[in-house]
Amino acid sequence: MMKFTEEHEWLLPEGDTVTVGITAYAAEQLGDVVFVELPEPGTEVTKDEEIVVIESVKAASDIMAPIDGEIVEINEALVENPALVGEDPQGEAWFFKMKPADMSELDGFMDEAAYKDFID
Amino acid sequence: MSDLKRTSLYDLHVELGAKMVPFAGYSMPVQYKAGVMKEHLHCRAQAGLFDVSHMGQVILRDGELPDVALALETLVPQGLVELKSGRQRYAFFTNDQGGILDDLMVANRGDHLFLVVNAACKEADIAHLRANLTHCHIEEITDRALLALQGPAAEAALAKIAPGVVTMKFMDVQTLYSDYGELWISRSGYTGEDGFEISVEAAQAEGFARALLADDTVAPIGLGARDSLRLEAGLCLYGNDIDTTTTPVEGALTWGIQKARKADGAREGGFPGADRILAELADGPTRLRVGLRPEGRAPMREGTLLYAAAEGGAPIGAVTSGAFGPSIEGPMSMGYVPVDMSAEGTTIYGEVRGKRLPATITAMPFRTATYKR
Repeated sequence: MMKFTEEHEWLLPEGDTVTVGITAYAAEQLGDVVFVELPEPGTEVTKDEEIVVIESVKAASDIMAPIDGEIVEINEALVENPALVGEDPQGEAWFFKMKPADMSELDGFMDEAAYKDFID
Repeated sequence: MSDLKRTSLYDLHVELGAKMVPFAGYSMPVQYKAGVMKEHLHCRAQAGLFDVSHMGQVILRDGELPDVALALETLVPQGLVELKSGRQRYAFFTNDQGGILDDLMVANRGDHLFLVVNAACKEADIAHLRANLTHCHIEEITDRALLALQGPAAEAALAKIAPGVVTMKFMDVQTLYSDYGELWISRSGYTGEDGFEISVEAAQAEGFARALLADDTVAPIGLGARDSLRLEAGLCLYGNDIDTTTTPVEGALTWGIQKARKADGAREGGFPGADRILAELADGPTRLRVGLRPEGRAPMREGTLLYAAAEGGAPIGAVTSGAFGPSIEGPMSMGYVPVDMSAEGTTIYGEVRGKRLPATITAMPFRTATYKR
């Protein structure tokens, strides 16, 4: 089940990895994305570390690691075509997959209904 | 926020789904539903309608026209005596140090000069005019809105309302009568596109804007796309790219100073800061505003420090405007660098998030203008 953070990231656990992206709400706020910089696969990251840079037509913003873990895969298609973030933020425009140090950390995040309340 | 001023199109902006933001004391649309990128591209492909009513409109009179032109020449380095009736010219108020107080448009409307000045500077500009041009009658026009219609389809869309625009050329000005009253029209703009700026009675502005928007080719454009459009066109934003600390020569605006006001001209000097500006014209400035194309896709935004080398050394300058250019499909910036590093093709480095990234000094405009000459 997809989980959501207060930093407007979504997390989708699949086996022992978690796919991470930004929510449709965040993508809408950012405006058209023109540049994405992703971390190197194999990087060990800690929660709240800034690991992704997004530049929209409006401004630069960072995406933080939602939990401790290791980056195992990144979405190269996003680097090639940053506009994907606006087109399919909660699907094709995933940013990276990570292997969490502790999968149970996900339990603390919001479900979709709670996130919807959070942004309203 | 309640003390923000509203233009006569405020309700229309809200109705069109604009995101309103504070800008120079006004609540202005930064974007509509389409978003900055689509608005930018629409303006280049068809036509964009901009509300620029926050800008100052000023009428200057002093008996016969040559007198008012001569009077205004004491505050700007432009040749205005030569500005013919029905023509407009880009100008800038300078200060005693040769810095730029504001940039503006000056139109000769037959028996008076019509000035359009920046919103953030308009009070200071009018005070400056009143303090220095004591013989002139200076009237701030507060009962007229100002709209811009820009893009390849602008002429056809505006001609449906004011057919006379088709014979106008770039920087022509004309008064045309329409169903929306008297329109003060110039064929100019701030996008690098062919287009018009139209002063219309405030009470008629919404009807006029709706009539333009009823044309399939016309879409409303917010401040966000206005900025990326003007940057692609290499046009300065006052307060960012030029200000009281930059001279017109440093700002690469010497094309805007006519021969009559330069050394050995018919009316050499005689404007604030003339000593410094004429000296820089003769000897060259120490720094220059240049265009930059960063490698890759990451924009180098305002404030980005510039370096001569990939490592070491002190900053040589800074970016004054930077964004992603939707039409050139890449990042672009303007900034100041030392003259000896300002040659086109020179690679310099901008520090973005702690990393020095290469950028090439590039001629502006980044995208060729399509004015109707």
